[in-house]
Order: sequence, then structure tokens, then C-alpha cells
Amino acid sequence: MTAQLDQVFGALANPTRRAILERLADGPATVHALAAPFTTQTLQSISKHIKVLEHAGLIRRERIAQTRPAVLAPEAWRDAHEWIERYQQSLEERYDRLETVLAETDQKQGEAT
Amino acid sequence: MTNETTLLVPADRPEVHIERRFDAPIERVFDAHVNAELIPRWWGPRRLTTRVDLLEPRHGGRWRFVQTDADGETYPFRGVYHLVDAPRRIIATFEFEDAPGAVQLSDFRFAVDGAGCRLTQTTVFLSVADRDGMVEAGMRDGMRESLDRLEELGAH
Repeated sequence: MTAQLDQVFGALANPTRRAILERLADGPATVHALAAPFTTQTLQSISKHIKVLEHAGLIRRERIAQTRPAVLAPEAWRDAHEWIERYQQSLEERYDRLETVLAETDQKQGEAT
Repeated sequence: MTNETTLLVPADRPEVHIERRFDAPIERVFDAHVNAELIPRWWGPRRLTTRVDLLEPRHGGRWRFVQTDADGETYPFRGVYHLVDAPRRIIATFEFEDAPGAVQLSDFRFAVDGAGCRLTQTTVFLSVADRDGMVEAGMRDGMRESLDRLEELGAH
């Protein structure tokens, strides 16, 4: 799971790849269609980015007639989301404890005065 | 009743951003961060006990907390305070002694929010890999905590 997540976050750490993912959030697209907005990048370069995303499991290639459009792969997103959510849970726990400590010390102060 | 903790983990920068509101005045939330008696009661996950070994909340002062698990295994953390401006701000480094060099720099900002206090924390790491390692350790704690809580529910 960890190696997969490294790939996921590595794949996300690039503006072109994030732009490609944003485009794919609207629906499947071919390599040509994905490359169109990137006027300064070659088709080969875009193709390479797509391979990185595919390798990280963030997208899949479908086969429709003669074309192989890319589509988002929701399961990889779910794993990455869970990873962050679990961490958030541990923070939540810590700060809930702090909140309890604050409430308790407040009570003590109230008794003292 | 509980306040939510907001967490941002940017994919392309070695940082985390954490935000949390507390129903307590800013002075007391700040104090809980620099008070050797209070820190063991909330710093870190419940399954570990925290001992304050060193706490010098001033410019250039050091801190060292040692956590111990049920098997007696110890986990020491240390750092240096770079700014302690009560009750608004703390800037400090953080390092797990068993992983020397993976230093984090945290900026804690406390702000008045109605009758309570809003704490905003920005932590920067030396690399995205360091950051992900820390988040992953936190993730394991989160999983353990929820398992503990399930167990507690089962016990009642």
C-alpha cells in the first residue's frame, strides 16, 4: 500500500499531470485531446505523463474502437484519501484530549476562585 | 460538541497545514502548549505516556519529550524554540531522535475566535518523502486510536 501511495503522491507532484487529471475529471479523453491545451509540450511528453499516472493507478486506459482514451481510476483516489483521513483522525484525537484538559483546568480555576 | 480538525496535505510541497478551534480562551490554549504539567495529558496518542524531559519555551530554548508504550519501548522527540510570543505564536523545530536529520519546522499561530481560540499550524519538512513518512506514522496512530476506541466501546 505504501509503495502505491508513494507513486500516487509522486504522480500528483507535477502541474502538467494535475492538469491532465483535472481534464479527466470531466470525462474520458484520448492522448491527442489531452495534449491539445499544452502547446509548449510534445505529444511524447504528454504521453509520458499519462504513463506515470497510469502506473500510479490514478487513471486507466480503455479500448473503444480504434482509440484508447484515458479515464480516472476511482479506487486509487479512495486509498490516498483514506491515508490522509487516518492521519487527520490522530490529530483529532490529540486535540480532543487538549480540549478535555482545557475544560478540566477551567473547572479547577472556577473552584479556586 | 467537538470541534473539527482541518488538515491540508499539498501533493507538491513538503508541508502540512492544520487548523483547529477550541472552546477556551487563547491564553489557556497557548499555555497548554508550554506547560510541563499539561503537555503529558494531551501530547501524542493515548496509548503512549508522555514525559516532559526538557521544556524551555523561549528563543533558543530546547524541548524534549519522551513517550513510552505498554511494552516499555521509548520514543524520544526533541527540538528548539525559535519564537515564543505568548499568547499568539510559537515557532519550533521537531525531530524524532531515532530518525536524526528528518527535522520539521512548525509555526503555531493562536488567534482569538469569539469566546474561543483558533490554532493554525504550518509544518514544513525537508522533503515530500519526510512529510509522507510523518503522515504515515500519524495514520498508524489514527488507526490504533480508533481500534482502541472500539475496544473501549466493547468493554462497556
